[in-house]
Amino acid sequence: MAFTTEQLAVMDSIVARYPRKRSAIMPLLHFVQSVYGYVTKDGIETISEKIEVEAAEVTAVSTFYTQYKSEPVGEYHVGVCINTLCAVMGGDAIYDSVSNHLGIGNHETTKDGKVSLERIECNAACDYAPVVMVNWEFFDNQTPQSVRDLVDGARNGNPPAPTRGPKTLRTWKQNSEVLAGLSDGLANEGVSAGEPSKLGLKIAKEGGAK
Amino acid sequence: MTQLTPVLSAHWDEADSFTIEGYKRHGGYKAVEKALAMQPDDVIAMVKESGLRGRGGAGFPTGMKWSFIPQGDNKEHYLVVNADESEPGTCKDMPLLMANPHVLIEGMIIASYAIRANYAFVYIRGEVTHVVRRVQQAIEDAYKAGLLGKNVLGKGFDLELVLHIGAGAYICGEETALLDSLEGFRGQPRLRPPFPAIAGLYARPTVVNNVESIASVPAIIANGIEWFQSMGTEKSKGFTLYSLSGHVTNPGQFEAPLGITLRELLELAGGVRAGHQIKFWTPGGSSTPMFTADHLDIPLDYEGVAAAGSMLGTKALQIFDETTCVVRAALRWTEFYKHESCGKCTPCREGTWWLVQMLHDLEDGKGTEEDLAKLLDLCDNIAGRSFCALADGAVAPIISSLKYFRDEYLAHQRNGGCPFDPIASTKFVTAGI
Amino acid sequence: MTTDQLTEVEMITVVIDGFEVSVPKGTLVIRAAEKLGIQIPRFCDHPLLSPAGACRQCLVDIEINGRAFPKPQASCTIPVEPGMIVKTQLTSPVADKAQKGIMELLLINHPLDCPVCDKGGECPLQNQAMSNGRETSRYEGKKRTYDKPVAISSQVLLDRERCVLCARCTRFSEEIAGDPFITLNERGALQQVGIYEDKPFESYFSGNTVQICPVGALTGTSYRFRARPFDLVSVDSACEHCASGCAMRTDIRRGKTLRRLAGDDASVNAEWNCDKGRWAFKYLTSRERVATPMVRGADGELHEASWPEALAAAVAGLKGKRVGVLVGGRATREDAYGYSKFARVALDTNDIDFRARPHSDEETSFLSSVALGLETTYSDLDKADQVVLVDFEPEEESPIVFLRLYKQVRKRALKVSTTAPRISRGSHKLNAARAPLSSVAGLTDKSVILMGERAAETGGTISAVVELAAQSGAKLAWIPRRAGERGALIAGALPTLLPGGRPVADASARVDVASAWGVTSLPDSAGRSTSEILASLNTPEGLEAVVIGGVDPVDISADALSSLLNTFVLSLEISHSAVTAIADVVLPVAAVSEKQGTFVDWQGHARGFEKAIDEAQTRSDVRILSMLADELGTPINLPTVSATAREIESLGSWDGATAQFEKVSAGSTPRAEGTNAILHSWRLLLDLGTLQEGEANLAGTARTARAHISAARASALGVKNEDLLRISSEHGSLTLPATIIDIADDSVWVPRNSLNSQVIPSLGFSSGVVTVVKA
Repeated sequence: MAFTTEQLAVMDSIVARYPRKRSAIMPLLHFVQSVYGYVTKDGIETISEKIEVEAAEVTAVSTFYTQYKSEPVGEYHVGVCINTLCAVMGGDAIYDSVSNHLGIGNHETTKDGKVSLERIECNAACDYAPVVMVNWEFFDNQTPQSVRDLVDGARNGNPPAPTRGPKTLRTWKQNSEVLAGLSDGLANEGVSAGEPSKLGLKIAKEGGAK
Repeated sequence: MTQLTPVLSAHWDEADSFTIEGYKRHGGYKAVEKALAMQPDDVIAMVKESGLRGRGGAGFPTGMKWSFIPQGDNKEHYLVVNADESEPGTCKDMPLLMANPHVLIEGMIIASYAIRANYAFVYIRGEVTHVVRRVQQAIEDAYKAGLLGKNVLGKGFDLELVLHIGAGAYICGEETALLDSLEGFRGQPRLRPPFPAIAGLYARPTVVNNVESIASVPAIIANGIEWFQSMGTEKSKGFTLYSLSGHVTNPGQFEAPLGITLRELLELAGGVRAGHQIKFWTPGGSSTPMFTADHLDIPLDYEGVAAAGSMLGTKALQIFDETTCVVRAALRWTEFYKHESCGKCTPCREGTWWLVQMLHDLEDGKGTEEDLAKLLDLCDNIAGRSFCALADGAVAPIISSLKYFRDEYLAHQRNGGCPFDPIASTKFVTAGI
Repeated sequence: MTTDQLTEVEMITVVIDGFEVSVPKGTLVIRAAEKLGIQIPRFCDHPLLSPAGACRQCLVDIEINGRAFPKPQASCTIPVEPGMIVKTQLTSPVADKAQKGIMELLLINHPLDCPVCDKGGECPLQNQAMSNGRETSRYEGKKRTYDKPVAISSQVLLDRERCVLCARCTRFSEEIAGDPFITLNERGALQQVGIYEDKPFESYFSGNTVQICPVGALTGTSYRFRARPFDLVSVDSACEHCASGCAMRTDIRRGKTLRRLAGDDASVNAEWNCDKGRWAFKYLTSRERVATPMVRGADGELHEASWPEALAAAVAGLKGKRVGVLVGGRATREDAYGYSKFARVALDTNDIDFRARPHSDEETSFLSSVALGLETTYSDLDKADQVVLVDFEPEEESPIVFLRLYKQVRKRALKVSTTAPRISRGSHKLNAARAPLSSVAGLTDKSVILMGERAAETGGTISAVVELAAQSGAKLAWIPRRAGERGALIAGALPTLLPGGRPVADASARVDVASAWGVTSLPDSAGRSTSEILASLNTPEGLEAVVIGGVDPVDISADALSSLLNTFVLSLEISHSAVTAIADVVLPVAAVSEKQGTFVDWQGHARGFEKAIDEAQTRSDVRILSMLADELGTPINLPTVSATAREIESLGSWDGATAQFEKVSAGSTPRAEGTNAILHSWRLLLDLGTLQEGEANLAGTARTARAHISAARASALGVKNEDLLRISSEHGSLTLPATIIDIADDSVWVPRNSLNSQVIPSLGFSSGVVTVVKA
């Protein structure tokens, strides 16, 4: 497998966004994940050629950032926030529950390749705790049961929609393309803001504290 | 009772608040017209005079930061917006960008014009796909509307705006690490000096501002200095987003004048969850030393929080009630800092590695009184010894929790393990699992 | 006094631990403390690398004009300022505790394997843990471990658990060598040095990382577990491999060289050297050394002989004969002088040449005239506004010249151009533009032209360079590949020159030298060059014998060895070779570590060195020639190297008129069409050179030989990268994998003397027209 001419052209367009080529390394790595699902040798070597740095330098960057995976992850990559607040609010229980349910641990993937699991750190949605991210989409206010249902749905090809996100959950590779800065046209789907985000506004409109 | 002041969040309850039409419906992109008719230096002066201070944690005056950019130096200047929001507890910029990305873009156009930058970047954390979509769409729409690109609004000002998407590294919220990351390197902090204002992105003069800081600029330009200064306290002017999370009845975002107290905010949020009492809380994310019930009336502005021994930080108010084990909380935060340590300097890299082991032992009931002394001494050997502030943040929860809850650490030894029931602290404790 | 010295340097006075010290503005606190003899512990700090501030070991308390920093500062990143008061661990309890705290943290994951670690005994971590650490560790957890060692190249091993992540190695590779093949990978507590999986750390300068590693994380494969530092005797030495002129240190244990390191000479190699200089010293012992004198018997075999027997046999072979002298690039200045004097006094001839490589009359004329007056130095490179490389590949042929150029390219984007037909990796790093000599423009008196020895291979090139330098005022340097050539030039090992640049053709110069040497006269007839000497053998009225020292005939021409077959050959050699195999008399000589002597670097600066191996019984060439001259009844009176050096010094250099350079116009450019191609080649730094023998780990990092062709030729031939090409001449052929590269369509490039690519023996010439077809 190698990159198609079209994919190589996309990579060129990513490089062209920046005043200096090297800056494109991160979106290019996201793009490689959108093609392969993880950072492959072909990906590293192609990036090395595109931005004219050594493959070692690309590796140095790709291994620094946790979103770049050196091994394939599931079609649905489930991140359970276990940072203090989410952990205390139920993240620990959710993680244990879903891990037992799937029979996989941190950074592991189900045999069918559908679901992988990761203990993630704070994802900037603390007012929606406990939070679970699937392919880096928000699943707010989760419970062990809701996450078990979520992964079951994902394995059956019928995952629920994110709480704040597009109408249907996209795959890991599809979302990696968005993270490479390429539009999938879904920006207008989903809510403007969740209820907690609007709480202060609502109270203010009601004239202060209730 | 302090009144809430929704400005940035004023229209988040509209279904299309994130679209350019939704934004323009309420006067969006009017401020940029006003600013582009002004002299760039006058824009800087206005922001300076308003008293706007950085909303990313450090509270550095925004206008002053802009004024540090050398003018007439025949070099490219850059504006970089820090949207890497990753500090535990912090959850204001992501909802802001999801619901109203255009206010950031408008602020960026104004800021770039002021500092004479023709290239601007938003460095957004990578773990928020839908926020990325919204910002990306907003940038595209702004280009289409002639607000970005060549000759912005026909005023002869050119601006390219690029969304740069991170990939999971808390340290990239540190401005020099962010710049290295944006240049395509490992996100490790740089030596200062030179400061970014002199040699930032690509070694060119660069302003790095937080999302909320830049997003606050259009309102200041549109409504004036007096309006802005009518909110807040003497040295902490204006409005800001306070984020309440944890054991409160109604967590969420509250846009209020600087100086509001947690007691007031808790009242707005319906109080600590029913049947429970507040035990400890962070004023501005996990790296700001924690407070207790004794600190509810501290004005939440830069000076007030500092005077009480902590930092306003990102105004991420994480509330924990009496069901929460403080050792567990400290351990989790320490694990976070260990996970996020970039590895560059010894005290942070090795220190967080060691701290996690010690805290694990303490949580397991294997720690003694002497171990607490060792733990504090280790914190002393880490804090203020590292390359950047990450390690200072790492020891803050440990030191502050030991200050208020020393006996709880020892109780773990007496109990032969954690005396708390972890399920009791969960949100779904009453709902069952 | 130069203007540089006159420039006022602003001095700043600071107080460190109560002592005042004045240092130039910009000096880092840690350096200012050194000036006072105050040693602040450090790991990441290195004076030649950009400050990192990573290890935090050098924390000190600082106040400026009464304002104290709230916390200790890394003294390796803070420049001095007026009014600064510094308290190090010696006077500040806070700094002392901070340092002890950092040291404890550095050690929590460091293994206690010092007894088996190469670095033990010379380890900055070990030493500073003793001087600036706590007595005991409070760490009770498990130490981080990794698989070990990792061979990051065949010559460098990595033990990650020993690494303190100071980033000296990665900074060196990127900043100094331009080879970021090793990087810091992962992050946090798992951060580690590594290579990209398929690309080993094959930098020509990789050994420097072993030398500057402050722990035993990077070790040299060849030295690993071989010695304890305290068993070694260190001797300052000079490098014999090229004309860069590196200062070196040789470490000896019981008469055997265990390792060599870069010496410290700020004006030449700073503290760096190349891997060839560091690791290629096994040639001493690799092949069978010539242990005793040997004489070829009636049976056609060489037999051991006593010195008197061998000298007698040599006398019998040389006396009364017309003899030529060939001296190779390994000779020291003193040895070359010995050959030069021996030729004139004992053999009564000017048939002597040091060029054991392709050469020309144009070059002879250049060496006899312009070259004698060249004074360009490294510091001219530091100040140059533009540098032109003519038939010269710095990274391959004089690596320290490359490092110096690279430094300027990084620092101030120095403009470099090259006449090479393709951009080599070295030129790529120098960001060099390809420009034929005729298109070089904009040279000023601050520009520098660096001309390599290969300029002699294309008629008219040297003339054009001399013309260009004269017209533009640009400085010119001639940088031969071998360490001995410039010294041999000064020693008069050339048919046209006597020692000190005295022209053979000048009667007063001959009288000058003759009187110094105590002889009545010196031969005045024009001498023969290397190729003329070889051509003259076995011809009527031609030469009847030859004295050879340190020459590999295949470097000269494909038939050089065969010209020596039916003539008397006296060989002075270190080890058995193609020449000793056919020689009539073989006399053993000392290798560089076994003798004292002087190399003259490309700048013309003498690089003297002492005998490193005290126990060595071998003799320098010059001593043997002196004995032989005695036996011939024509003494040259050079009983020792130091006596020779004194004689060279007292003779001094010629202050009379030198010969005029005789310009040669460029010959017609060869044309190549279809499958024909113009052959280009140069030697790679690591190749099949004799002095690299016996070091397989070093050879393992040599670049694989490939034939470089243009995309147009590749498509015409229907080949892609790695397909095999056959390059042929009437003499023979080479078969090499193809590399498609930016090179003129009518050209092909191959390495000159690499594995599978020995150009001269295979093709019969080093430049000419060959055919290139798909193999």
